[in-house]
Amino acid sequence: MKKLVTAALVLAMTVGCLAGCGGSGASEEKDANAFYIGGIGPTTGATAIYGNAAKNGAQIAIDEINEAGGINGAQIEYRFEDDQNDAEKSVNAYNTLKDWGMQILYGAVTTAPSIAVADMTATDNMFQITPSASSTDVIEGKTNVFQVCFTDPNQGTASAQYIDEHNLATKIGIIYDSSDPYSTGIEDNFVKEAESRGLQIVAEEAFTADSKTDFQTQLQKAQSAGADLIFLPIYYQEASIILQQANNMGYAPTFFGVDGMDGILTVENFDTSLAEGVMLLTPFAADAQDDATVSFVTKYQEQFGETPNQFAADGYDAIYAIKAAIEQAGVTPDMDASAICDAMKTAMTQITVQGLTGDEGGLKWSETGEVNKSPKAVVIQNGVYVGMDSDASAATEAAAPEADTAAQQ
Amino acid sequence: MKNFSLKNMKKTTKNHFITYAMVIIVFAVVQFMVSGGMMSSLMQGLLVPLCTYSIVAVGLNLCVGYLGELSLGHAGFMCVGAFSSAFFTRYMEDSGMNPNLRFLLALIIGTLAAAIFGCLIGIPVLRLRGDYLAIVTLAFGEIIKNVINVMYVGKDSSGLHISINDNASFTLDDTGDMIIDGAMGITGTPRQSTFLIGILILLVSLFVVFNLVNSRSGRAVMAIRDNRIAAESVGINITKYKLMAFSISAAIAGAGGVLYAHNLSTLTALPANFGYNMSIMILVFVVLGGIGSFRGSIIAAVILTMLPEVLRGLADYRMLIYAIVLIAMMLFNWAPKAIEWRQRFSVKKLFHKQAKGVQ
Repeated sequence: MKKLVTAALVLAMTVGCLAGCGGSGASEEKDANAFYIGGIGPTTGATAIYGNAAKNGAQIAIDEINEAGGINGAQIEYRFEDDQNDAEKSVNAYNTLKDWGMQILYGAVTTAPSIAVADMTATDNMFQITPSASSTDVIEGKTNVFQVCFTDPNQGTASAQYIDEHNLATKIGIIYDSSDPYSTGIEDNFVKEAESRGLQIVAEEAFTADSKTDFQTQLQKAQSAGADLIFLPIYYQEASIILQQANNMGYAPTFFGVDGMDGILTVENFDTSLAEGVMLLTPFAADAQDDATVSFVTKYQEQFGETPNQFAADGYDAIYAIKAAIEQAGVTPDMDASAICDAMKTAMTQITVQGLTGDEGGLKWSETGEVNKSPKAVVIQNGVYVGMDSDASAATEAAAPEADTAAQQ
Repeated sequence: MKNFSLKNMKKTTKNHFITYAMVIIVFAVVQFMVSGGMMSSLMQGLLVPLCTYSIVAVGLNLCVGYLGELSLGHAGFMCVGAFSSAFFTRYMEDSGMNPNLRFLLALIIGTLAAAIFGCLIGIPVLRLRGDYLAIVTLAFGEIIKNVINVMYVGKDSSGLHISINDNASFTLDDTGDMIIDGAMGITGTPRQSTFLIGILILLVSLFVVFNLVNSRSGRAVMAIRDNRIAAESVGINITKYKLMAFSISAAIAGAGGVLYAHNLSTLTALPANFGYNMSIMILVFVVLGGIGSFRGSIIAAVILTMLPEVLRGLADYRMLIYAIVLIAMMLFNWAPKAIEWRQRFSVKKLFHKQAKGVQ
């Protein structure tokens, strides 16, 4: 009998808990004259810097829009949920936001969670725009999902193209993270394009998330194979260690990175002189001199105390893309998520956004959800990014004094 | 009537029926709430993960509580079950097979694959004495994760292509379909796991473990746990029984993995979902719920999986609060003073006293 009572109590507790949680969902009052934009990304854990950057970048755009009177007079309500870069948690975050009354989804920031969430939004017919999930699997077969960043294949192919066209190397070594979808996605496409162009890849060295503190083996293999350019389709923390260790070994090839390399100049305790001459493809350079970038960077530094990276810029552009699409489609906040989605996915293909991360032509989207912009190649000179195309020398002169004052500060 | 039969039942049998009843009643209440629209999307989305972790916790409890061996690689077995079943599902996707039959077969394949790996690991390790199983399973979990991250498997009209270098080492023709794409894992698995399926698998797992621990084999397993030499002296085949219990434990974790794989459209072997942290998490479910108590494992798994999600409103503080709750629960469950206090002020005792008073 004792046991029975215990069991009954336990049961009552469980049921009570379930019921309590069940009830709490719909309790919040919804503002009828506001667009509810929910964001998902990792704000804790190893990839928190990307999630926080995307969260903050979007916050700045939303504050700007709300101050200027909102979208067609409607304010934006914004809430960002953590997914710890885990697909299962991102689905939970998505459901939490749905309970909150989300009409438009901004996210997820990273690839695997985006794929999982995109499957849910496709079922629910919820408009989704991701600032930075770069795999083609995110948008494949779905009409409601759009990307602000360029895709992995695009980056890998563009890198190989760039290296070939500018004759940067004869022998190429690659160091990549085999446990990371982003890194392997770019690496695969780089290798394919390099082979078809007849570039010689002499070393393909992998590491995993569990062993990303020592790269001397990989560097030694690349060195003994005679690689004069090392392609690094990885994030900047690992890249900073690689640069450090290559320097210690006295090995000085050209290093070529992709957009994940952005941020390398902000790594703590990293001697930025080691990054001199590093080339990377990035959609955004925080020290560009155009008004939009300067204003964004200033606001970001004031509000969050750090220099924004490309995730923040992509996030900023994503919010303005949402704004443009809403205006184009003429949707109103009282419509439900599905109706908004139907109207916005047509509108997305018609709009052009003059964003931080696009070139002169602005950002345009195709029906598949892919953004139409091209990666920009920059080289690090005197501690700043310098565009590598025709206007490179002019940019150097313009940027160099800026860098000096920054250093003095 | 029920009360009468409950009284005459053996204590263990009664205990089992309470657990079954608990699961079924929770299921009924949840179904009622879902159909009545009383449940938030978050809770509805959590139902399948709750089943998944409950199942894996039940599996691990068999290993830790009854076999008396520490396994730190149950996330690895989950991973094996998840990938083998998702692979099968993706492979058979275009074959026109009935989706329900396909899921059933995937479930069997996932469970069997995990059992086979459990067996393979158990053969050398379970012969040893000491904590070797913990070490080897820990390594297994890490290895399996890394192996899957370098696997590339594609399918086209000429059959399967497998590589462990990169996806450029074979080219698929027009009908080609990349199934396992290295670190990208398996993408596009149909979401077939439902709460009903989860509950059914949980009930079957409970049925298996309850019957096992009360059988002749189960008593042999416990005899080995309590005194290996005594068990050996009465002629119990130590390795055989240990291997059996461990394989079943791994198989149940594999079944949990199948449920996991068919609940998300993307499956990647990352440290977050199949790393040792997850193995430890499952162990925490078991320890908090009470080693040897399957019902406790389920309750602990449900509470601890739900807690971080329910605490979302507290933003970043939820990590801190989650940890504090974990410590508080552990103390409440296991600290001698807490046990003493609980006994003194237990509701059970109050009831008991009242009953005596009436008499």
